[in-house]
Amino acid sequence: MIRVENVTKSFGSFKALDGLSLHAREGTVLGLLGPNGSGKTTTVKVLTTLLSPDGGDARVAGHSVLADPDLVRRNLGLSGQYAAVDEKLTAFENLHMVGRLYGMNRRNASARANELLENFRLTEVSGKRSGTFSGGMRRRLDLAGAIVARPKVVVLDEPTTGLDPRGRLDTWDVVSRLVADGTTVLLTTQYLEEADRLADHIAVINHGRVIAEGTSMELKQNAGSERIDVVMRNSADLTAAAAVLEQAAGPDCRPELDPQNLRVSVAASGGHHLLVRILSELDARALPVEEASLRRPTLDDVFLQLTGHAAAENEAATEKEGVPA
Amino acid sequence: MSAITAAARDSSVIARRNLLNVLRTPGALVTGIVQPVMFVLLLGFVFGGTLGGDQYRSFLIGGILAQTLTFNASFTAVYLAKDLQLGLIDRFRSLPMSRVAVILGRTSSDLFTSVLSVLVTLICGLAIGWRITTGPAPALAALALLLLFAFAVSWIGAVIALTARSVEVAQSLGLVWLFPVTFVSGAFVSVNSLPGPLRTIAEWNPVTAVAAAARELFGNPAPAGFGVPSGWPAENAVLYSVLCSFGIIAVFAPLAIAQYRRISKR
Repeated sequence: MIRVENVTKSFGSFKALDGLSLHAREGTVLGLLGPNGSGKTTTVKVLTTLLSPDGGDARVAGHSVLADPDLVRRNLGLSGQYAAVDEKLTAFENLHMVGRLYGMNRRNASARANELLENFRLTEVSGKRSGTFSGGMRRRLDLAGAIVARPKVVVLDEPTTGLDPRGRLDTWDVVSRLVADGTTVLLTTQYLEEADRLADHIAVINHGRVIAEGTSMELKQNAGSERIDVVMRNSADLTAAAAVLEQAAGPDCRPELDPQNLRVSVAASGGHHLLVRILSELDARALPVEEASLRRPTLDDVFLQLTGHAAAENEAATEKEGVPA
Repeated sequence: MSAITAAARDSSVIARRNLLNVLRTPGALVTGIVQPVMFVLLLGFVFGGTLGGDQYRSFLIGGILAQTLTFNASFTAVYLAKDLQLGLIDRFRSLPMSRVAVILGRTSSDLFTSVLSVLVTLICGLAIGWRITTGPAPALAALALLLLFAFAVSWIGAVIALTARSVEVAQSLGLVWLFPVTFVSGAFVSVNSLPGPLRTIAEWNPVTAVAAAARELFGNPAPAGFGVPSGWPAENAVLYSVLCSFGIIAVFAPLAIAQYRRISKR
């Protein structure tokens, strides 16, 4: 339903997309996971015909964004990073306008707007200007706008960025219901938890390229069967602790340091025996431990392992370089 | 559905949205309404005494109309620039709608502001002694001609917005050209009084022609001391105004649409 093949896109000397390929089957959610500046938004813009790719092609419901942009637009709904609602228009007027612009007549546009307001629990505020809405309500209205014409494909660019936890849960609920109706969804996010929760298939991208893909389960398995985290009391002990972990876990398992949280973590197998061994070794060297745990890997670990950075660090670095998102 | 009917329908949807926006923004129309009143009173009573009294004030209305409608191009510049910065514009671009609708919808809805400006100016004129001395048909022709001109200059505003790409730049760019264009004209004085090259510019300035055409159609002759302007544009003010309006549309509308396509296809 969505097929991106070897797409490249540069802005000046900056390669936003560097041979990106993606594929999503009908009725599934493809999660596009990556830090800021990794090419998520550029991918969305290429798929929604807002940008032409320099090379490669992308197809939505079988139509090429290069050859048939208008057919792509007919089969696609977009909900961008910033809620695309007109603040001076009421909830109803916003949806009615979008329906009309999809070519519906007045009556059908009205009926569809009311139906969506009901589905998105906005009937009560139907006559209120959307400028008065909370972030979560505005986002719901925006999502409703994306599916006015019952598109086969819905593209959601960071749908929960900037929302409070309540708004995030609301949005997740909406996405789940979309998929239940058979819509194919491409979802970009920097939140691993979100991809984990919503996506059937996840593509991790960095520097405009897919660096790993699979189900959330598959990706986690690649990150090792289990992980050991140790939080030290003194930041000065971090390097020494990392050496202990590396020695215990084996030569292939390089520990990752998180100096901000005084945390050292390592992918390992060996269960609680290994944890006990590490703790007694740290104790023998008089390195005080604040906290230690053995856990299943998360997508965070996957990301860390693939990119060598935490998503947050990468984001900060990207902002410093001034690379457009 | 043909491309043209689709463009017309989508543009009317956008125009409706723009109008709702204007009506729900307190103060949005203040400039369009207050400015003509202010200029009528300022020029009519500050300069009017020396320039010909009551007759000058009747003569002035045509000039104020031409000036005000030209100034309304800055509304198009600012509001279109605002639209282009909204997240909403990405939604519009991803819809299977006509590619001209965002701009044509804007220039059409700004015509509403111009209608209000014209009405306010005429009411203000009636209050200070301006009268239609011809008849209903020429008066209606004058209104049609004025609105055609307003629609035309609105496209200049659209090009400014699309060139500026930010509200602040559109705001200043949208204003600077208006003062020379409206003041180096016969809108407020006789072009005969202007020195050398300025006089030639003023004679061919569409603002002069529109002001003269409105006076001709409403029947408001110049005060005695103004002399009779000569030259083809002055003698064919109505025709020249219409030609200028279509000329401006023919140049700036394709330019604006091409610019819009380009920025949406970077």
